[in-house]
Amino acid sequence: MELICPAGTPAAFAEAVSAGADAVYCGFRDETNARNFPGLNFSREELSQALRMAKPKGVKTFVALNTFMRAGDERLWYQAADDAVRLGADALILADIGLMAYVAERYPKQRIHVSVQASASNVDAIAFLVEAFAAKRVVLPRILTIAEITKLARRVKCELEVFAFGGLCVMAEGRCSLSSYATGKSPNMNGVCSPASHVKYRQEAGTMVSELGDYVINRFEEGQAAGYPTLCKGRFTVDKDDAYAFEDPVSLDVLGHIDALRDAGVVALKIEGRQRGKAYVAQVVSTMKMALTATADERSQLLKVLSSLSEGQKTTSGALDKKWR
Amino acid sequence: MRTSTRLTLGPLYFLWDEAKWRDFYFRIADEAQIDRVVIGETVCSKRMHFMEPHVVDVIERLTSSGKEVVLSSLALVTLDREAQLVRSLAQQEEYVVEANDLSALHLLAGKPHSVGPLVNVYNGATARLLVDRGATSICLPPELPSKSVYDIVSALPDSDFEVFAFGRIPLAISARCAHARAKGNIKDNCKFVCGDEPDGLSLRTLTGQSFLTLNGVQTVSHTCQALLFEIPEMIQQKITGLRLSPQNCDMVAVAQIYHDVITEATEPAHALERLSKVYLDVPFSNGFHHQREGAAWVSKFRSLTG
Repeated sequence: MELICPAGTPAAFAEAVSAGADAVYCGFRDETNARNFPGLNFSREELSQALRMAKPKGVKTFVALNTFMRAGDERLWYQAADDAVRLGADALILADIGLMAYVAERYPKQRIHVSVQASASNVDAIAFLVEAFAAKRVVLPRILTIAEITKLARRVKCELEVFAFGGLCVMAEGRCSLSSYATGKSPNMNGVCSPASHVKYRQEAGTMVSELGDYVINRFEEGQAAGYPTLCKGRFTVDKDDAYAFEDPVSLDVLGHIDALRDAGVVALKIEGRQRGKAYVAQVVSTMKMALTATADERSQLLKVLSSLSEGQKTTSGALDKKWR
Repeated sequence: MRTSTRLTLGPLYFLWDEAKWRDFYFRIADEAQIDRVVIGETVCSKRMHFMEPHVVDVIERLTSSGKEVVLSSLALVTLDREAQLVRSLAQQEEYVVEANDLSALHLLAGKPHSVGPLVNVYNGATARLLVDRGATSICLPPELPSKSVYDIVSALPDSDFEVFAFGRIPLAISARCAHARAKGNIKDNCKFVCGDEPDGLSLRTLTGQSFLTLNGVQTVSHTCQALLFEIPEMIQQKITGLRLSPQNCDMVAVAQIYHDVITEATEPAHALERLSKVYLDVPFSNGFHHQREGAAWVSKFRSLTG
């Protein structure tokens, strides 16, 4: 299976390549991609350099244009697609079917990968994207069980890629407006979720309170590490009980399912984390690379290394296990 | 021209018991100022059997009272059983189907269909693609600011566009059921606890502030979107329909209020006052439309002065 690795900066890109990535994905420094964070992403020149470095080593470069085009400003997305194609991107990762149509029509030879943000979760949805835009690969939403992925792989006419490690969306990706409901900024429109610009930490009677916009997302006792207030991983009151109503502050780790995913016919595993530093990227990529060829025993050791890198030190295999639902 | 703006009743997102469901739609058929009714389970395939005993009667009553009936498809399709449900909807010829995911768009291609607000239509290019594939009506996503809405509509002046004008806003859907989890169950053994709350289960912050509402696998807003002051401008900008999403309140009265604003029989300010007496204790919002956080209420008068 291919290992698809994140790069938020040229430095992280280089680390990912040396750590053994089969492909690296990155985005331009604007709202055309879903990690539109300050200080991250690539200029045209930086992407061009990255491609020149990666190609001779046989490492592919995927460019994520995975937000939805803002009406009236489509030019920004079209231009980004034009530039990525011109610079020689091996694939464009797209979410907006309007943008897929543009790329498919103008650049029929360009590989289109369907972003997880498109929420293609079943045979007919994937058939749509393959038939209408000749999509070559679909990144599956993090809502499917192994059994469902296995069935799907047998019945679709394109490659399947699955998220293996890193941040975990609890909601079907690309179909969530929780962030913009609280802050006005959303993954789909602005490439951000629970943006730092709207985050506040506040001391309140010996506890630390984290807020997103006008809403308290969590409260931490003294000495407890105050986590980032991602909306769907917050603690709320439902029916008088305080709880992580959607999901604990965990991250995704499907290392325990590598063989099953390979048997299912999944061709690529994706590591989330373009917002992460180069040291993190290097460690996760090299560990995952080893895990792909390791025996089950060796893998459990590697799992421990990876858990120490995860947010909040807690991981889940998410929807791959039916009982997660 | 004004009376040509259509009122659509969107699909009921909540789980109501059989009798309540039937009586609700019977009353809509008999009394409501509604032109089009989108009907059918949209949120969770496990709930299908609740409406089954009455669905034929309800559709017949709606049709014979002159209302156009549109059948809603599921928002999230992962299981074979769910895929099959969408396929059978797409295969029947009697009623127009409203697509709520990509699979429905695939299966409905080439025949007239409607596109629901849960499909990501953020720009004219996407809307055009869908229209070329047979979409005759598109309800735009509630997250869209008015600028995007008007840009899309002006790119396709001959097409039919609806805006989500009333109801708790559908914000997210998950494979996991937060509603069942809150009651100590998992989705596969949920015991249909979402049926206990006909208007959803309130989720508050740790400081007691109302924030979101759980509805099975779906999360909707605590606030109720209420676009009333915006109606004259939307009509001017060629929005052809307003969508009212059913809540646990007198929806016949809600429809009447919107109808009165469309026909200029009542002023928006007065309409808002009437609305607050029909849907009690739920704050109204219109922030998404004004490119603000969705929970915000942007006062017409304040926005005019600065």
